[in-house]
Amino acid sequence: MDALEIARWQFGITTVYHFMMVPLTIGLGLVVALIQTAWHRTGKPEYLRMTKFWGKLFLINFIMGVATGIVQEFQFGMAWSEYSRFVGDVFGAPLALEALLAFFVESTFLGLWIFGWKQLKPGIHLACLWVAVIGSVFSAYFIIVANSWMQHPVGVEMVDGRPVMTDAWAVFTNNTALVAVPHTLFGALAVAGGFLLGIAWYHLWRRRRDGVDTLGADGKVIPGESATIPGRDKADHTVWIRSLRIGAVVAMISFAGTALTGDLQGKLMFEQQPMKMAAAEAACHDGTGFSVLSIGNLGSQNCDDIVALIEVPGILSYLAKGDFTTEVKGVNTLLPEYQEKYGTNLPDNPIYGERAGQEIDYLPVMEVTYWGFRMMIGFGGLAALAALVALWLTRSGTVPRSPWLMRLAVLGIMAPFGANAAGWIFTEMGRQPFVVAPNPDPNGIDQVFMFTAAAVSPGVSAGELLASLITLTAVYAVLLVVEVKLLVKYIRGGVVSAMPELAHVPADENEDATPGPGGQGGGKPADDVLAFAY
Amino acid sequence: MELLPTIWFIAIAVLWTGYLFLEGFDLGVGMLMKTFARNNTERRVLLNTIGPVWDGNEVWLLTAGGATFAAFPLWYASLFSALYLPLLVVLVALIFRAVAFEYRGKVDTDRWRARWDWAIALGSFFAAFGIGAALALTTTGLPLNANGDREGGPLAWFSGYAVLGGLAVVGFSLVHALAFLALKTDGDIRHRARQWFVRLLPVLLLPIAAWALSIQFMEGKPWTWAAVVLAVAAAAAAWAQARTGAEGKAFLALGAFLVLGTVSIFGAVYPVVLPSTLDGAFDLTISNASSSDYTLGLMSIVAAFGLPLVIAYQAWTYWVFRRRVSADSIPEAHSFLPAVAAKAFTTKG
Repeated sequence: MDALEIARWQFGITTVYHFMMVPLTIGLGLVVALIQTAWHRTGKPEYLRMTKFWGKLFLINFIMGVATGIVQEFQFGMAWSEYSRFVGDVFGAPLALEALLAFFVESTFLGLWIFGWKQLKPGIHLACLWVAVIGSVFSAYFIIVANSWMQHPVGVEMVDGRPVMTDAWAVFTNNTALVAVPHTLFGALAVAGGFLLGIAWYHLWRRRRDGVDTLGADGKVIPGESATIPGRDKADHTVWIRSLRIGAVVAMISFAGTALTGDLQGKLMFEQQPMKMAAAEAACHDGTGFSVLSIGNLGSQNCDDIVALIEVPGILSYLAKGDFTTEVKGVNTLLPEYQEKYGTNLPDNPIYGERAGQEIDYLPVMEVTYWGFRMMIGFGGLAALAALVALWLTRSGTVPRSPWLMRLAVLGIMAPFGANAAGWIFTEMGRQPFVVAPNPDPNGIDQVFMFTAAAVSPGVSAGELLASLITLTAVYAVLLVVEVKLLVKYIRGGVVSAMPELAHVPADENEDATPGPGGQGGGKPADDVLAFAY
Repeated sequence: MELLPTIWFIAIAVLWTGYLFLEGFDLGVGMLMKTFARNNTERRVLLNTIGPVWDGNEVWLLTAGGATFAAFPLWYASLFSALYLPLLVVLVALIFRAVAFEYRGKVDTDRWRARWDWAIALGSFFAAFGIGAALALTTTGLPLNANGDREGGPLAWFSGYAVLGGLAVVGFSLVHALAFLALKTDGDIRHRARQWFVRLLPVLLLPIAAWALSIQFMEGKPWTWAAVVLAVAAAAAAWAQARTGAEGKAFLALGAFLVLGTVSIFGAVYPVVLPSTLDGAFDLTISNASSSDYTLGLMSIVAAFGLPLVIAYQAWTYWVFRRRVSADSIPEAHSFLPAVAAKAFTTKG
């Protein structure tokens, strides 16, 4: 592997990893904010418990997103200095604005939320969480504006070989970004939905296994209380069944949202990056059919090796154009078009290193695009379907006793994560060999593009990149183990793990001891210095 | 004089000053976890002085980086790629440090806490050292060729200035943290922090003073020399105030020292943002490294509203959490472990 390939692996690994934490942060943040709002309005203790429990998991995850996010901003300059030089005038601005207008808000107000349970009035405390969550949505917007400019450059003109921003409005309202932002936000909510559903299912199952909850003659649940297990009271049952239902509904709504926005996005991509979509289909020849299963050697990068085994006629045309008859261009048609427009060989420029003058392969790695596209849709759909089934199975007010269903529900947490990762890998790998894909709009700026081969830092050695690839991958692996262990520990502990006071108070006094939204009670004096302590 | 690039040069100096002022003390507090704090309660006092604010402080670094990318892409690209390995160290240090703050209290064993304490202490040290080295090198120069790429291999950046800059930020962070602890804690820790501050200030500020002075000898202008003199006076004032027990004034005087110090350094190197040690013709300056006026103008408008807003709500955070933390205010380590909790519950019942 040379420097370019190592740098690409590093960007891929660190970004996919970072984007495991991000959707959970955004999605769970929204859900916790809604739950705390419900508590603020109703004062019902189960909402406080849900806020505390899901809030705790939210924070364990949030910090990993923060920690791995710094790498993202630094590595453009470290590993991709030529890219940074080329795009800096337009790409740097959304990044800087993300830090200035979103990260500051997110981190500062989340700090206020974590530590301010007693120092702030309840309404202001709740508002802090909302401000932080809105900050995280803004950060998604800014970073997707930056990414969308790489997918579809707008609002610039070339000056001395570099794109220079001439129309900020065009950059910040890039249609690619306007559909990618809701798509990403729904994807994040899908992650939160599956997370709530799986974990709530586990606790309801434990309550049944331990004989706390039983089924009555009418088939409805009879919530019970455990004398020995702290926190396993009747309110606890409400916590989990409500969490489960919220999770399932969120999962279904967000799948519908990703499908609708994904459809819009697909139609744009057929115009903006036809090769990406042809590669997503492994479609060699022009046609109208959507491939359900293609066999053959996708990796050979040779169209003649691929046979579409099952095809649904008309669907591809619908995905691309909204009708069932328009022929969609296949790889064999597109390749000569790309070669004519953007050249057959990389320029003889020292910036390409050993690759200077090499033939350009305009076809993305089809194994990745074809399966990435299908995994995204498949995992997303599976999660939504599972959510629907889960609602049906829990209509009695609790879950079936089957340990296998419980395991399936917990395993199902992974599906939306998989869909998110697959979608991003698809769209980023599908952009290759460009790091900044050309905008094919005839009125647009056709000559603003950059090959990935030109983007890597010329002064950085393969050895340095390898050192960082190994270091970061090892650190990330260790931290993933730690994070998952902590999450599992807190999940197993249930609400008590986030509200230790529940373990020390007899169950029937719980509701009196619970501080209401009015800020009363809570046992500790109001001048207590630390509402929360590290 | 080019107005917009100059404004952004100043803006980036402001962001770095904000970063060093705010994260300075939390990096320092992190380093003091293993030297100053004597037991777990004291460590928790230290942690809780910065608990609500450290994450917001760290965003100043991200904003400084992002603003450099947006306003001076060529500076960002050359500096970050030339300093590949030291910045990798900074990244790993910041990752462990951030995670450690959050995870340290999540398992109730001494071994677990001791590990994360080391992560906080070493993470804070290496982050401060690496950032100091990078800042010093952008003022003294790197072996850059005509394209702005580093010549001479992975360690070509290394020089005495890298060490000096590293020590400068480490030293300043430690002093700043002691001033902060004297201001934010009560009881024995407050007293000791003030003692350490008075004793260590002259030594710990030496490297940053040496850096500022060597820049003055290379590039100094009369007004930046004046800033150095004022900075020294501010440090002396901080020391004198701390001796008489005026903790707030000492903290502010040290802040003034930092502001004057960065003014003297950034002012002296202006308009060069990153000199090349190979050839003066390859120097990156505010004119040849900057973005277009359009981009800078847009960013100026947003920053003119955004930055004061950030300062306002961060200041409010410090107001909300203004109370001093002492050993008495630290609650017991909660035994949320389900097994432990269940056991405690059953033995009681």
